[in-house]
Amino acid sequence: MTRNCREFGITIFDIDSPYQGIVHVIGPELGFTLPGTTIVCGDSHTSTHGAFGAFAFGIGTSEVEHVLATQCLWMSKPKSFLVNIEGTRRNPHAITSKDIILSIIQKIGIDGGTGTVLEYKGKLISELSMEQRMTICNMSIEAGARAGMIAPDETTFEYLRGRKYAPKGEYYEELVEYWRNNLKSDPNSVFHKIETLNADQLAPQVSWGTNPSMVSDVTGNIPHPDEFAKGNENERKLAIRALQYMDLQPGTPITDIKIDRVFIGSCTNSRLEDLIEASLVVKGRKVSAQVRAMIVPGSQQVKIQAEKLGLNKIFKEAGFEWRESGCSMCLGMNPDILAPGERCASTSNRNFEGRQGSGGRTHLVSPIMAAAAAIQGHFVDVREWV
Amino acid sequence: MDSFKTIKSKITPLDIINVDTDQIIPKQFLKLVQKTGYGNFLFYDWRFDQKNKLRNDFILNDPKYAERLILLTRENFGCGSSREHAVWALFDYGFRVIIAPSFADIFFNNCFKTGMLPIVLESAEIDYFFSLDPDNYVEVNLMEQTLSTDKKIINFKIDPMKRRMLLEGTDEIDYTLQLEDRITNYEKRSMKRDITDR
Repeated sequence: MTRNCREFGITIFDIDSPYQGIVHVIGPELGFTLPGTTIVCGDSHTSTHGAFGAFAFGIGTSEVEHVLATQCLWMSKPKSFLVNIEGTRRNPHAITSKDIILSIIQKIGIDGGTGTVLEYKGKLISELSMEQRMTICNMSIEAGARAGMIAPDETTFEYLRGRKYAPKGEYYEELVEYWRNNLKSDPNSVFHKIETLNADQLAPQVSWGTNPSMVSDVTGNIPHPDEFAKGNENERKLAIRALQYMDLQPGTPITDIKIDRVFIGSCTNSRLEDLIEASLVVKGRKVSAQVRAMIVPGSQQVKIQAEKLGLNKIFKEAGFEWRESGCSMCLGMNPDILAPGERCASTSNRNFEGRQGSGGRTHLVSPIMAAAAAIQGHFVDVREWV
Repeated sequence: MDSFKTIKSKITPLDIINVDTDQIIPKQFLKLVQKTGYGNFLFYDWRFDQKNKLRNDFILNDPKYAERLILLTRENFGCGSSREHAVWALFDYGFRVIIAPSFADIFFNNCFKTGMLPIVLESAEIDYFFSLDPDNYVEVNLMEQTLSTDKKIINFKIDPMKRRMLLEGTDEIDYTLQLEDRITNYEKRSMKRDITDR
């Protein structure tokens, strides 16, 4: 790949680069991701960059080739889907943007957004940091939508100001003015679909099944397949199959589920704020003897900044492995993998059968929920800790 | 790409919803640097058990269903990861047509790049095909946009450009490069306000 890039004049941040990491982490942190741009990449979580008001979506290998050869793509215009977030979180430190997006996916289903681009709006959204917005937009694809966007605002412009590849000085401020005035939906916009989620009652979420819509409140129980399926026979069969694969019984409290592994990482949740939040839960505590836990920073820059703050020491003292940046156990392509039957609390984005390793059992959670589970050896309601 | 005209085959029914691309082609096999050879790993964890032995409860392992060109399945087929390898695996295994009530967006687009025809039908029509005796032949005619059994003809919709390119076996890049002048002119115009010069 390095040889290819050199031959064709493509910038590469290779394994030795101090800027390398997961593409959806380094793009924004380098100021490469900008509002109003069109961003494509051979990965479905390209939707992450929509947090900046970019039109960002994943494409397959042949389309990557097409873009490199022609600088464009043939597309049908997607439909528009507005997701309104109302209300306020009771405990904003314990209820994270990960819980928000898992709730949204549970509500609209893993194909609810197919054929659409999502826009996330609401007072709560505008109060989120860029990293929190990225977590939400990242998982748009799990609701079937190729892209998910949040209108850029002062938080966005401040985040990007001064970053390595962002435009600078007067030119940047000119662009900010343009973005501020143009990159938002008109007040009288008509959307093909609208869904509203109220955050007032939102609890920390834990996935129990084999797709990201199979999610429960941590204070809840594993649902019965009939309860999950709501009359749809195919969904019922799927839920039965999921419970069998995950070795879970309907009615079991989520907090009874014991775990073997913890993975804090992935393009969904591996940025500095995620690590800081997790470290606050972990500090002064120890990973349960039954659990093997690891933290994988999303990029070398995140790792360096975390180490400057001493987070690595906090995690290591507690018994976490502190790793080099990469996708790691999100998708189990290298030896960071679950053994058959192993149960993992993971901050990643997919819990499909075998995703983290053939026979592996994935539970999707936020970084603080994963950290607390590492300590206790089972899921806990992190609102009692934070 | 080979052109696609008509296919006549028996159907392999995969009666599961939300089949994701991690199941179609697990990630440990995404390490070849060409588009062929993935058929061996299609639905690997469903075809083979932990000891790499054939599972006797999976339909593709039933010899009756060998060498069929048409896959029939349920909602949201191909969801999850954008890996185009999922299409390559299905194609390499022998499938040329996939019939479903709905497909995930990225997977759907990826199909056309390899000459795989994804057909979207209404629920009632999908149920009809699932109810057919598995020994029935179905003829898929892309020119006419029809699916025919000996008792019924069902029409399907397809985007006209995608249909034409499949019928002619057009390479999409060659096709787009016919517009190279227009692309270059557009880029010259937008370059004046380009923010990517850094």
